[in-house]
Amino acid sequence: MSRTLDSLKPGDEAVVRSLDGEPEAFGRLMEMGLLPGTPVKVVRFAPLGDPIEIVIRGYHLSLRRAEAAGIVVE
Amino acid sequence: MAVELQTQTSSPATRLQRIALAGNPNAGKTTLFNALTGMRQKVGNYPGVTVEKKEGRCRLTAGQDVTILDIPGTYSLAPKSPDEEVARDVLLGLRADTPVPDAVVIVVDASNLERNLYLATQILDLGIPAVIALNMNDVAAKAGKSVDAKQLGQDLGVPVVTLIANKGEGIPQLKATLLKQLEASQLPQLELAESLAGARERLAKALGHAGQSDIAAHGIALRLLASDISTGVVSQVYGPTVADILAEARTDSKLTPLAAAAAETVARYAMLGAIVAKSQQQSSEQRGKSFTDKADAILTHKFWGLVIFALITLLVFQTIFSWASVPMDFIDGGTTAIGDYVRTLMADGPLEDLVVDGVIAGVGAVVIFLPQILILFFFIGLLEDTGYMARAAFIMDRLMGKVGLHGRAFIPLMSSFACAIPGIMAARTISSRADRMTTILIAPLMSCSARMPVYILMIATFIPTAKLFGFHITLPFKDFYIGLTLPALVMFSMFALGVIVAMIVAWVLKKTMFVGPPPPLMLELPPYKMPSWRNIIVTMWERGSEFLKRAGTIILAISIVLWFALTYPKVPETQLPADEAQAAAMQLSHSIAGRVGHVVEPVIAPLGYNWKIGVGLIGAMAAREVFVSTMGTVYAVADADEESQTLKEQMKNDRWPDGRPVWTALTAISLLVYFVIAMQCISTLAVVKRETNSWKWPIFMQVYLTALAWILALIVYQGGRFLGY
Repeated sequence: MSRTLDSLKPGDEAVVRSLDGEPEAFGRLMEMGLLPGTPVKVVRFAPLGDPIEIVIRGYHLSLRRAEAAGIVVE
Repeated sequence: MAVELQTQTSSPATRLQRIALAGNPNAGKTTLFNALTGMRQKVGNYPGVTVEKKEGRCRLTAGQDVTILDIPGTYSLAPKSPDEEVARDVLLGLRADTPVPDAVVIVVDASNLERNLYLATQILDLGIPAVIALNMNDVAAKAGKSVDAKQLGQDLGVPVVTLIANKGEGIPQLKATLLKQLEASQLPQLELAESLAGARERLAKALGHAGQSDIAAHGIALRLLASDISTGVVSQVYGPTVADILAEARTDSKLTPLAAAAAETVARYAMLGAIVAKSQQQSSEQRGKSFTDKADAILTHKFWGLVIFALITLLVFQTIFSWASVPMDFIDGGTTAIGDYVRTLMADGPLEDLVVDGVIAGVGAVVIFLPQILILFFFIGLLEDTGYMARAAFIMDRLMGKVGLHGRAFIPLMSSFACAIPGIMAARTISSRADRMTTILIAPLMSCSARMPVYILMIATFIPTAKLFGFHITLPFKDFYIGLTLPALVMFSMFALGVIVAMIVAWVLKKTMFVGPPPPLMLELPPYKMPSWRNIIVTMWERGSEFLKRAGTIILAISIVLWFALTYPKVPETQLPADEAQAAAMQLSHSIAGRVGHVVEPVIAPLGYNWKIGVGLIGAMAAREVFVSTMGTVYAVADADEESQTLKEQMKNDRWPDGRPVWTALTAISLLVYFVIAMQCISTLAVVKRETNSWKWPIFMQVYLTALAWILALIVYQGGRFLGY
């Protein structure tokens, strides 16, 4: 079942399937190691609900919900 | 060319002169730079951009010093910010002011190996002789991911030196490696699609003809394809043939810079996967939660995270406010003492006045901010170095994002409550230019400590001490009131007004001058670590001396001008009244500033101010608190400060020609609003000039804040009169 990264709950693990949207916006995410096939884990949401903290390739990264909404995972 | 050939045959030890230090943010690059160079650093700007250029000297061995260039931290050589652009341009040799380094030390965080190697291999591809400084392998080992440095060195084809930069371990080995003949590495080929590989091959061939080595030609070719460097620049640096081939390749829809960059990213991570699998131990045993995980469970907790964040913020704020007052009083006293001492040495006259009232008092007015700057940068260094700063940005991003700002803008803005100068300097931690400029432009709207004397004078004189709500506690010796009073509410309102206006201005700036999609947050949350005290001290030293040097020269010049305007022309001695205070007032009215005060009266009269207040506002251009002492001179009260009773009486007795009192509660509130908004601080302007590298922004800041202050004060005063106050 595919859904977007922002719909996951803390503790959920998934694999990135695709990055939707303009390559401009996702170029840096890809360079940071978030590619199709990369396992990701949601750690938590910030106290005010946004942004979101994830683990990829063994390190912690935070991105806004709006950015996470363009990342399709399964 | 002949010269180059000759130097290549001489001993490698004498050839190496300029070494660059490159790496990801948070990889320990600054720590290594400080360890290699100590205090022997020079901070400047790259010409034409607002990017800091840090260079230092390092002794590799007796008799051989090299220059170390600290290249801005970046995640890749496909730049997204001016800092990152500089990093790419230096390594590609695109900057005329900075030649390609002789060698590069690439700092790699072992605990985050794969992503760090992404940048490292991009740099290795450029054919510059390199060493990998493998930092934090101890952290990696603890997490069960220790890296085999020897294996990694074999796979990458360059020496790998293991470091623990913050303990100084591995530095001698790194220096020894740099003394050996370093070579460019030949990495495994990237698996690129046919069209991209073909274009790269064509470009590489042309670059080879232009004198690049085979490795460098392929590396540079890919960099050119994957970025939007203009063909004009390419033509200048690598020749027209290369530029023509590049221009032709870009017309292919599959070879646009973005498409090429995406293809490179996928291919590079595929190559890295194999390298990392070989050199990094893949621990299968399930480890317990790391310290960082446990700490973050509290520090970014939904409730406790906010509480701790608020406490830390309050602590920093309080410290800048209260601890700094001790050294500030000391500097203030010292300035006066030096002035008095100089007076005893020099003969009475204009020269003595210039030295004491112009130079010494002017310099003192700048130096007095130094304690706040040092304390602020101590905390910023501490929070940044431990890793908490990234969490602060994580927590605040939601709120700051509402007006289009990055979470990182919070710290500079909070610091500006103490003083806008350190706040503006702290905006350097924001990488997006639009966000950084917006933050700098709104920083002066935070009510700084220099406004306090003005607020106190106005509020204590004109706002009745009405009790709003609260209760009394009567003790045998004194009656206490616990609750909110009108003066306290007005004081709070002034702080709040500044914040509200700042948020509106930020929102407007983001909609007009700095339009465009918000840059992604993309915030790394590095593991917590012990701070490096050396890093913190170096930062404090750098920021402190930089502030004194730059702002000091400009403010010194301007305070002399201002002193001159407040002093000349002199009233002939014979015409002065005997009373010293009255003589001073008459002299001031006669001076250039006094005359300007009369001239500007029509402009400020609609706000409720007469020429005397005008002189105060002119004095306040140097620094806001000067308003109080200038008011003292205008109203002829010797040694005025905000507690002075006579000054308050004199102000209340001042009348317009038609007999209305000049000073009413409404005038006071209008003036308070003016002081909340107006840009009245030459030191701040000098720092904005330095930080933005242009006069455009300080001038814009001065104009927009003055106009806004005038309009809001006008609305308050005329609105108040209309309502019958």
